[in-house]
Amino acid sequence: MSAITSVLPLPASGRVPLTLRVFAALDRKAWIALGVFLALALVVVPVLHLAVPPESLFHVSTYAITLIGKIMCYALVAVAMDLIWGYGGILSLGHGLFFALGGYAFGMYLMRQIGRDGSYQSDLPDFMVFLDWKELPWFWLGSDSFGWAAFLVLAVPAIVAFVFGYFAFRSRIKGVYFSIITQALTYAAMLLFFRNETGFGGNNGFTDFKRILGYSITAPETRLVLFGLTAIALAATLVFAAWLVKSKFGRVLTAIRDAESRVMFIGYNPLWYKLTIWVISAVLCGIAGALYVPQVGIINPSEMSTANSIEIAIWVAVGGRGTLIGPVIGAFAVNLAKSWFTVSFPEYWLFFLGLLFIVVTLLLPQGLVGLWKKIMSKKQGAAA
Amino acid sequence: MKKRLLTLLLLAGALSAWAAPDPALVRQLAADDNSDKIAAIQQLAAAAEPGTTRLLQAMADDSLYALDGKLFVFDGENTLDALSGETVELPEGADTITVNNRLRGELANALAALKLFDDDREVRLSAAQELQSNVGAELAPVLAKAKAAEKDAEILALLVSAHAKASLQDADPAVRLAAVEALASVNTPAVRSLLLPLTEAAGESDAAVRNAAVAAVKSIERSLAWGDTLAAVFTGLSLGSILLLAALGLAITYGVMGIINMAHGELLMIGAYSAYLMQSLFRSQFPELIDWYLPAAIPVAFFTAAAVGVLMERTVIRWLYGRTLETLLATWGLSLILIQAARVIFGAQNVEVSNPSWMSGGVELLPNLILPWNRVIIIGFALFVLFLVWVLMNKTRLGMFVRAVTQNRAMAGCVGVPTARIDTMAFALGAGIAGLGGVALSQISNVGPDMGQGYIVDSFMVVVVGGVGQLAGAVWAALGLGIFSKLLEGWAGAVIAKIMILVAIIIFIQKRPQGIFALKGRFADQ
Repeated sequence: MSAITSVLPLPASGRVPLTLRVFAALDRKAWIALGVFLALALVVVPVLHLAVPPESLFHVSTYAITLIGKIMCYALVAVAMDLIWGYGGILSLGHGLFFALGGYAFGMYLMRQIGRDGSYQSDLPDFMVFLDWKELPWFWLGSDSFGWAAFLVLAVPAIVAFVFGYFAFRSRIKGVYFSIITQALTYAAMLLFFRNETGFGGNNGFTDFKRILGYSITAPETRLVLFGLTAIALAATLVFAAWLVKSKFGRVLTAIRDAESRVMFIGYNPLWYKLTIWVISAVLCGIAGALYVPQVGIINPSEMSTANSIEIAIWVAVGGRGTLIGPVIGAFAVNLAKSWFTVSFPEYWLFFLGLLFIVVTLLLPQGLVGLWKKIMSKKQGAAA
Repeated sequence: MKKRLLTLLLLAGALSAWAAPDPALVRQLAADDNSDKIAAIQQLAAAAEPGTTRLLQAMADDSLYALDGKLFVFDGENTLDALSGETVELPEGADTITVNNRLRGELANALAALKLFDDDREVRLSAAQELQSNVGAELAPVLAKAKAAEKDAEILALLVSAHAKASLQDADPAVRLAAVEALASVNTPAVRSLLLPLTEAAGESDAAVRNAAVAAVKSIERSLAWGDTLAAVFTGLSLGSILLLAALGLAITYGVMGIINMAHGELLMIGAYSAYLMQSLFRSQFPELIDWYLPAAIPVAFFTAAAVGVLMERTVIRWLYGRTLETLLATWGLSLILIQAARVIFGAQNVEVSNPSWMSGGVELLPNLILPWNRVIIIGFALFVLFLVWVLMNKTRLGMFVRAVTQNRAMAGCVGVPTARIDTMAFALGAGIAGLGGVALSQISNVGPDMGQGYIVDSFMVVVVGGVGQLAGAVWAALGLGIFSKLLEGWAGAVIAKIMILVAIIIFIQKRPQGIFALKGRFADQ
């Protein structure tokens, strides 16, 4: 409560209202930074993209908007990963699955929005015509409704995460056991989605989207709206996560991370804490996936590959685990490096990524944020 | 003088044994209509007169000529009259008899049937084997004739089945019944599909034959199902032995250090590339010893992989002691670097590693159960490695130390076990075994930079199911998982089988979190 009293006058007695507690989750500097970020994403970037002529130095290209939008989705996944790994001490190597599930759930809606503009001019998505299916499978029911799609984006990752997590945490699978089993889960799901008969487009997944809510998906305005929504989602997630980790729930969670047996002996059941953060993390990934698909324009089973899921962990590790800004920094740093490397030195990207894994774990266990803190404290020490 | 000449000629004719079959049929070979030609070929073959083989062979070789009802055989040097055998000038305008693909098939069959009367046993045997497939009703008489004349038991059995196949279309239900009954004991998929039409009213009018066919198909299916199951068990065993080689090393390092080496699959890859390099070396340096590259590759793979393992342990893993999740990430980084290095050195394409000649082929146990030698040898190799590891772990001082560190690191250190050195040794051993697994893998699957990726999850599952630090657990789990997944694959397809295995393992862990064989003793985590 001391953090709250330092910023706000506390009501004389009783519980602090939720709004105030959320407001108190971030300090003044963080709120300012968040405001600047939102102003950039919602005002400055659109203006620079639409109003400034393409030849100008300040013009923000479509490529840049897609890239940054994509990386913001990744950053959202990284924050979700940080909640479970940095604060819960559970390393998931299967977060790509939840990301892809969200993407597929929303992709179903986008596929239906194509309508009869596909290459076969059919009411069914092209790949179904190709497979000679006559009607939609049952799980595509209602996929033409935006509301239902949005519900699925949240519900499918949540249900999968709940069922898997319940059984895994109940039998106290943890550490590397849990990591490898999540990896196996994603791998199995990838194999399942690769099959044509599964009904999600097999190898090619979903692509060639045309519209979203009736608006053309390639129009600059639509792109900017998606870009802005992603920024808002990221900002909201950060505020939510900051509130969550400072709440009592967050503290118990951190305690479980540090000494699970002791927490158990005190009288808490770690199962529900772990399961809750696990499901929250999965849902956040699903949201990120749903925002990712319309911006990038494709979703296919390779999103569930094991390599993708492990990369998420390295974003978090590079930025700094157990901090909330760290994953965002890490996601941006690694993915910008990736875009640059894969264009300039495609041969060396894997070497670089591999080295990154090793160097960060060996030399920078706290990531870039930890490094920054160290430098700052040294400076302060020198000044004093 | 004239008479003597005639006698001579007659003698010569007898010596060359120029005997011609029915002249009318021979002339029919030059008919305009293909079905007439086919009828002639079939009747000639059925009659099986001496001299038919030469005639039909000439026709198949496109060296049978025809002009105005006369046929001539060109034997490479001379042109002979097909009926009399006299050497003649090939008349102007004589043309080869056109043989299309359908005729060619008929000719091959007829020639095979005729070979059944050859004096050489091997020729008869191969002809009888050739006639096991696509044998038509028209060959029934000649097969019956051959059956009656045959003394050799092996050939006779083949002829009985061929004759039965040929008589399935016979007009007489009794003949068909006898044929179906004779075929019931021939357990091949081909016979099953041959009999299947006879089980329905549309394909067979006689009820007795139909019933016999139903019974025969059932008995064949039973026997085939056995063969299929045994084949699945065998491929499962061979998959299991690869899994075992991959998992042994993982189990040792996980037991000793509590870490999962995500680059373990890449150690398999290193072993496989060692086999490839040895193959290239032998090809260029000792081509006459090429069959022995594989035994030579075994120590090379072991020590190369072990050296890479020591390097990994000394430079990365040792510094992450106690931070198991970070070790997971760091070793994943190592695996990325190793994969990309293999791509840069050997190219992204798969390289070709061929079986030595003594490993190709296989033993046929049942018509649909063939055990390839390479898989048999790999199973034996895995057992051999397992034995060595068992000796090492149970009969040597190093093994005792490894077991001590696995059970209680702190206590082992207190009584003077050099735990850091044991870590390195155990890691080298695990890596070396993975290298051996890579050599085995190179014999049955593709060798490419990312070949190891798929094995890390599977071999970890073996460790999870088997229990940590237990050789026996790893063995049972590897073989069990291998056989179980192959049986499921035959039943539900590869992808569904994989998912079912995963679900089964998660359920299994609910019941036995310590694996099949838990270490005895009291533990509290943390």
